[in-house]
Amino acid sequence: MVQDNGKEPTLALKLRVWRQRRGQPGAFEEHSLAAVPTSASFLEMMDMLNEQLIKAGKDTFAFDHDCREGICGMCSMTINGMPHGPIPGVTTCQLHMRNFRDGETITVEPWRARAFPVLKDLAVDRSGFDKVIQSGGFITVRTGSAPEANNIPVPKPIADEAMDAAECIGCGACVASCKNGSAMLFVGAKINHLNILPQGQAERDRRTLSMVKTMDEAGFGNCTNYGECQAHCPKSITLDVIAKLNRDYLRARVKEFFSSTGKPSKGGD
Amino acid sequence: MALTGLVLAGFVLGHMTGNLLMFKGPEAINAYAAWLHANPGLLWGARAVLIISTIAHIWAGILLSLDNRAARAGGPAVDATRRATIASRTMPYSGVVILGFAIFHLLHFTFKAVALGDVSFGDDVYKMVIAGFSSKPVAYFYIISLLLLCLHLSHGVSSVFQTLGLRNERWRSRLDGLALAYGWIIALGFISIPLAVLTGYLK
Repeated sequence: MVQDNGKEPTLALKLRVWRQRRGQPGAFEEHSLAAVPTSASFLEMMDMLNEQLIKAGKDTFAFDHDCREGICGMCSMTINGMPHGPIPGVTTCQLHMRNFRDGETITVEPWRARAFPVLKDLAVDRSGFDKVIQSGGFITVRTGSAPEANNIPVPKPIADEAMDAAECIGCGACVASCKNGSAMLFVGAKINHLNILPQGQAERDRRTLSMVKTMDEAGFGNCTNYGECQAHCPKSITLDVIAKLNRDYLRARVKEFFSSTGKPSKGGD
Repeated sequence: MALTGLVLAGFVLGHMTGNLLMFKGPEAINAYAAWLHANPGLLWGARAVLIISTIAHIWAGILLSLDNRAARAGGPAVDATRRATIASRTMPYSGVVILGFAIFHLLHFTFKAVALGDVSFGDDVYKMVIAGFSSKPVAYFYIISLLLLCLHLSHGVSSVFQTLGLRNERWRSRLDGLALAYGWIIALGFISIPLAVLTGYLK
């Protein structure tokens, strides 16, 4: 690090950044970036790179971002092979340049998965997640005026467990880190959030079956218990949600198999 | 994968326990073999379940591996694995070697088609095993395959619990330990026999 008259230390970096146009093969581009403040977030460092490119009359790198405070789930970069970079439990926007060394080469790639095709450079299409949510990520409530908050009592342990699952911001790091491109951690988190709350009971089995079906159709892979998703999740969601997803899925399949048709069988009685 | 794997994991325990009768002497193991063959219903029932489970396990494994590989879309240019174990990452490979071994093993001891020479053993299982493991390449192949089975079980047995939804963060490390212990018990139980033959303990 270069210490400049008691001012903040800065870094000079070599960046290998993925450049790709939709539907075309991509490749890494190498850039040098000087005077990066250690207090800058990773996204601010990328902003600096883009400003440097604009000044040179070159095309900028596209990347997703929104809240920049770690809660929206938009930022999505694989940094040195790690979705959201080297610090566990944070998103790319909350990753600061103080975690990198002066002179370091940093490789920046998009999420890599069949279900997340590259739109441009580092931005990928995560609408597979939207389809999963549309297929079951809702509950039935009366619309109009806001319902009274405490009409339905929720035991504290259940509320806590649902809240742990609801921490999922849907960023897709689980899919990007999974060696199978599986979305089980995401789907597990969403299903657990709603399936254990009293408000989620009406659609419980239908939700589980249809979200799993949509997940498979969207081209995500299958869980083989590597555990990489948990290790890279910026919200530290655990594999528990996958075990519980499996449990709820088995339960829903068994109930569906033995469900009543409401009519007597034709085979006599 | 889980249910068929459970059947196969249970089978190797039974098989290993039966094999340990080698240490009780020729009469014990030969009587056990004779008892199995005297109950064709039991023998063929077990064989049918095993054949179906094996085929289903392999078929599911192939589909799973191919789909997962495609879903990964090549993966990142830099590999930064945080916690996936060697066992979990090599399941298809350990599986293929174990399958190759199982085929050889059946040709070797069940069909007596390879590697036993011209000797006819009739119903003397004890003599057949001693002759079988007197060949060093056969014994080493057996030992390596069983160590790979240990690796395979250490991930597989623990995964069964996850697939059936019977695992959480509190139990995960215990179940991982249990699966590893199970793998070692199976492997060491089986390996003890070729080792005993190689060292001359069993003659």
